[in-house]
Amino acid sequence: MKSLAELEAIRKATLSRINVRTDEKTDTTRVVIGMATCGIAAGARPVMLSFMDEIQKRQLAHVSVSQTGCVGMCRLEPMVDVILPGKEKVTYVHVKPEMVPRIVAEHIVNGRPVEEYTIGAAENA
Amino acid sequence: MKEIALHLLDIVQNSVKAGANHVDIDFELDADGVLAMSVKDDGCGMSPEFVARVRSPFVTTRTTRKVGLGIPLLMQNAVQSGGKVDIESEEGKGTTITATFHTASIDCLPLGDLASTVATIIMGSPDRPEFSLHCASPAGDMRFSTEEIRPVLEGVSLAEPDVVQWIQQSLQEEIEPILGGIMR
Repeated sequence: MKSLAELEAIRKATLSRINVRTDEKTDTTRVVIGMATCGIAAGARPVMLSFMDEIQKRQLAHVSVSQTGCVGMCRLEPMVDVILPGKEKVTYVHVKPEMVPRIVAEHIVNGRPVEEYTIGAAENA
Repeated sequence: MKEIALHLLDIVQNSVKAGANHVDIDFELDADGVLAMSVKDDGCGMSPEFVARVRSPFVTTRTTRKVGLGIPLLMQNAVQSGGKVDIESEEGKGTTITATFHTASIDCLPLGDLASTVATIIMGSPDRPEFSLHCASPAGDMRFSTEEIRPVLEGVSLAEPDVVQWIQQSLQEEIEPILGGIMR
């Protein structure tokens, strides 16, 4: 097992970041991933881990990743909602791990949704 | 589903929704190549009538839609390999679901990425329930539990990206020597 000492170090590093985060609670960006049977079968697990990976690499302190159930559009899974503070929800469909770095960089960091991956683009195609 | 581990990710949601405080996940591979995956929870349990119907794809507790494919798909893949699914449940006590897979069968799914699955499960329910994982095979065994690491974290969430990565990597290291032979 990787050592618990390592986990202890992670705790300390995280605590210092969390202090920054609580000061800006209203600024939290939410990433919500569909993880019901349909989402899982379509490949939601690697998508979720890619988001975690990307957020960790960039050390983004104001982003929370969570899971949700089936919203009834199983054919569009894996689906990911990105909700920037004070902005409307943007829904990405047929998300693959390769698409995640762009969504994080362009949308979460720079505030411009990646139009071509959104549900609007998929439905009009 | 393309991996047995993805079925785990799916059916564990049933335990979480049942309000469990403890979910014990167990993988045991015997010398004949039979893999038993079991998920034991202390959630609300099911009535005998509901257990009798729960394998049907048209039975679900959700109210938005009338289909629930988690258990039927698990059954399909277990049975296809020559295995089966057992469900034991008692109202107020909890549920144990056990699926067996004959890994030597050409129709058996690979185990898949169990470490990522367990990390994803914990990330999805970081506060409750407590999860434990036990893996055993003729090559050895391992145990992991969220109750073990929670005190070390002193209130830092198990859903923190750095923590999730630590869980995933340490599980990966420990599971590989035990179940590596049936992962891919």
